[in-house]
Amino acid sequence: MTASALSIRNLDKEYARGKPVLRGISLEIGATGITAIIGPSGTGKSTLIRCVNRLVEPTAGEIRFQGEDLVKLDRKGLRLARRQIGMVFQEYNLVERLSVMENLLCGRLGYVSPWKAWLRKYPQADIDRAFSLLDTVGLAGLANQRADSLSGGQRQRVGIARAIMQEPKLLLADEPTSSLDPKTSVEIMALISSICRGNSIPVMVNMHDVELAKRFADRIIGMSGGTIVYDGGPAGLDEGVLKEIYGGEGWLQ
Amino acid sequence: MKVAAPSARDFRRNPLTAAAWLALAAYVAYACSRLDFTWARFVSGLDNGARFIARMLPPHIEQPDALLTGLAESLEIAVLASCLGILVSLPIGLAAARNLMPAWASWPARALIALCRSFHPVIVAILFVKAVGFGALAGILSLAVGSIGFIGKLFAEAIEEISLKQVEAVRATGAPFMSLVSYGVLPQVFSRFIGFATYQLDSNLRNSTMVGIVGAGGIGGTLFAAFQRFDYDFVCAILLCIIGMIMAGEVLAAWVRGVFLEHGKVEEE
Repeated sequence: MTASALSIRNLDKEYARGKPVLRGISLEIGATGITAIIGPSGTGKSTLIRCVNRLVEPTAGEIRFQGEDLVKLDRKGLRLARRQIGMVFQEYNLVERLSVMENLLCGRLGYVSPWKAWLRKYPQADIDRAFSLLDTVGLAGLANQRADSLSGGQRQRVGIARAIMQEPKLLLADEPTSSLDPKTSVEIMALISSICRGNSIPVMVNMHDVELAKRFADRIIGMSGGTIVYDGGPAGLDEGVLKEIYGGEGWLQ
Repeated sequence: MKVAAPSARDFRRNPLTAAAWLALAAYVAYACSRLDFTWARFVSGLDNGARFIARMLPPHIEQPDALLTGLAESLEIAVLASCLGILVSLPIGLAAARNLMPAWASWPARALIALCRSFHPVIVAILFVKAVGFGALAGILSLAVGSIGFIGKLFAEAIEEISLKQVEAVRATGAPFMSLVSYGVLPQVFSRFIGFATYQLDSNLRNSTMVGIVGAGGIGGTLFAAFQRFDYDFVCAILLCIIGMIMAGEVLAAWVRGVFLEHGKVEEE
């Protein structure tokens, strides 16, 4: 790993005063590779990911990305920074009534004026890229389908393609497979993995499925109670560590 | 178990509900007595009604020119007022949506919408006749005010019900605010908006036949004049023409819906 893509220092988040969800998280995300965050529900995995692009406002701390502290950016600066951070969601979050192609081009909205976007006048290069990405994610021929006519797996492929359309310097994925069946989950993770390794995009992904995380991630962060309790390779994730992350042991049998 | 009040296991009608029904019945009886709303009066009135209807038949178009210009003016008032009202209500409705806008924007917008909705179009028409003089301009403005109130309110409510997940995803791409609205918000409310707009066009068509009574243009003026001259057969002809125009308006509204929403089906929400 060379320079880090993202460096989080002493990040705190409390939704209600005196009830911290994240407590002093410090984390470096390398310039390549997949970092999976695992941990029990309600431990702040999602909050951590959303603090990075400030869909959730951090309470305190520093998040350095591309030489800037994201926490201190004003509206305009935040908008420009968000263009370089792709995001994939648990429930895909496609615009249901728009076509697949329009959803992909949403990834370029930060670069196109609102008026041109309204008229659907995107640069030809963007449109070409969108079509080739559709091929890459295996949805060739579905460009004009409405997003709400797709299956879950297809929707998540559109979600990934939309994020990659941004040509991001970092990809955030918030439980990208939790709404999918096991087979589709593996396919989606494989797709994220191959696209991001191919384009050298670092990935920060939240997961519930420990086995899936072990299979695809280069590095695993275990969270519990708003702090990091494990940080290392998938191989080091033994029973003792899992017990520390999730608590109890009956479920390990 | 022991601490629960003894009534916790009772199953009885709520006495408040019974009291409310009783109060309503008492008020209805009181209002009837005050307004002399009795069966005897109704029966004696029937006689009068029969004579009135007899004088209406057969319908007779006494002033074809006045009828035609009146109808045309009503149609123009309805279409212009709808267009103006829809255009103005779009930004106001957006500003009034509390899930997208901060309180300093939504409260004034909501107050404006409430103000537009507080008066019947005829009252607003009287105000505009006093302000800008007799004629169609007053009618257009008064119906536009009503349209802003109606569409603005429903549009704001539709926006408040959208899925914020889709908006969040568009926001995460770094889209500017106007693109956020056009990609994240409008696709979610478009079909409902077309529904409101065509309903409002329909309703403006009906109201445009009425504002003429207070001098704000349209067929209403002709109708009122015919009443005052006791030309009941002409009144009947005008009423039939209005019915025809409203029905044509329904067809027009259905056609507009069909153009914007594939096959005219109003989509399930």
